[in-house]
Amino acid sequence: MTNTAGSRGGRFDQLFVNLGPQHPSTHGVLRVGLTLEGEVIVKAEPDIGYLHRGSCKLAETRGYHQCVVLTDRWDYVSAMPNNLAFCLAAERLMGLEIPARARHLRVVMCELNRIASHLLFLGTYGIDLGAFTPFLHAFREREMILDLYEMLCGARLTYNYIRIGGVMSDITQEWAAKTREFLGFFKPRMREYDDLLSFNPIFLARTEEVGLIDARQAVAWGLSGPNLRGSGVSYDVRKADPYSSYERFDFDVPLGKRGSCWDRYYCRALEMRQSVRIVEQALDGLPAGDIAAKGVSKTPKPPPGEAYAHVEASRGDLGIYLASDGGAAPFRLHARAPSFINLAILQEMLVGRKVADVVAILGSIDIVLGEADR
Amino acid sequence: MGVILEKFPKAAKALPGGSVALTTADAFIGWSRKYSLWPVQFGLACCAIEMMAAYAARFDFDRMGVIPRASPRQADVMLIAGTVVKKMAEPVIRLYHQMPEPRFVVSMGSCANCGGPYYDSYSVVKGVDRLIPVDVYIAGCPPRPESLLYAVVKLQEKILKMKLAKGAGATPQQETGARNINA
Repeated sequence: MTNTAGSRGGRFDQLFVNLGPQHPSTHGVLRVGLTLEGEVIVKAEPDIGYLHRGSCKLAETRGYHQCVVLTDRWDYVSAMPNNLAFCLAAERLMGLEIPARARHLRVVMCELNRIASHLLFLGTYGIDLGAFTPFLHAFREREMILDLYEMLCGARLTYNYIRIGGVMSDITQEWAAKTREFLGFFKPRMREYDDLLSFNPIFLARTEEVGLIDARQAVAWGLSGPNLRGSGVSYDVRKADPYSSYERFDFDVPLGKRGSCWDRYYCRALEMRQSVRIVEQALDGLPAGDIAAKGVSKTPKPPPGEAYAHVEASRGDLGIYLASDGGAAPFRLHARAPSFINLAILQEMLVGRKVADVVAILGSIDIVLGEADR
Repeated sequence: MGVILEKFPKAAKALPGGSVALTTADAFIGWSRKYSLWPVQFGLACCAIEMMAAYAARFDFDRMGVIPRASPRQADVMLIAGTVVKKMAEPVIRLYHQMPEPRFVVSMGSCANCGGPYYDSYSVVKGVDRLIPVDVYIAGCPPRPESLLYAVVKLQEKILKMKLAKGAGATPQQETGARNINA
């Protein structure tokens, strides 16, 4: 790979560089084909499919309860919202009414998972930009959340906790106490992250003026989640189309101003604070009652029809479309995965930037390839 | 050991306790090798998150000398953490061959072992051992970080048993591992 600068009257020849599929900061197995002129990117082509496991097709051979297992492995950093989105769609198809306690428990788990997911983002984004310490801090707290999940359902990553009709098991007094203890520990830590990373001058210099997306562009590319809100567009499925009793909780939707990498980063940092608020409210006002709807068959055969449900997953608007032909397996399952759609804007954002900014921009989009490829 | 005794019978006998000389070299090389297992920083899917947890504060992979390297050329061990799909099969084989010998492979999780939950998927390789030779398998979906630590302990035991005289690099049998990803 020789650079022939100046050989054509001062212009650079174009150079093609593969970023990935094995690259320490591609957050999985993404390949980006970069065409460079000197250090400036003139063309960027994200190439996905290195983790395409065919789970939407596999769902057509699995029963409805078995499909929940597949959804766990899409966005493996935060699996609960995946479970929830699928279950909401399946419940809509079957016409089930979910008890209030189960709805609240779902909210608790999804919000804890959002914290865990954003912590992972915070840690790895720090590593991408050369700060290793925040990773160790973020993972310390993340482990505590994973411990809570382990106590609850036995798994650290792939929970399969939210089931069609409700949730797998009820929480214990001990679990609630541990969760409150964690929240008490976690609240002052967020200030620590700000000191360590958010307002670190080096970090600011690498992210503040980089990867700008204006609001119009963000909407046009169909972004969702913190990537959209970082550009100042207030759209959150939890507010816009409340599901699972989210309308009963009091929380704010943090917005960024300019849509830079830092805005997207800080949006996530602020969202963790809101998630803490939601979990506290949900634990305080946890209604008594059943944790699952009665009469859910072990091999459900919903009547022919179709249903769509979407949730605000940690990475954005995750939608599930389910079609049934009356059989024991879905006729068709389609997922609107936020990572997949957020990824597309890379081809526009990277053009004109320097190579050194690629990692900063790529990290700030916070993609999970398991979800993008499915 | 046997090779040395055949070639230099006098030298071996001249040493006090001469036959010990090479075993000590084996032990020394094995000992130094086993505490500097540098894996390629290479995460495929869900298991990669547990792998990251193993590097982080609680499990602290560093204390076993396991430090991730960004390039396969500086690495000794490849942790296959996640589902290997057919599109990824080619890069996995290429990365494996870019690693210097002796090289080791740990297959982490059900997907890398046998396809796991995707055993009937059209796009998933049913076990990474169809592509490259595997030294240690870890069960679980995903395995806990402790399992990964245990796998490294097992790999260290295996390294200690390696003999210079038998050739410490990859065997020809390892080189011609099955490559049929469609099987």
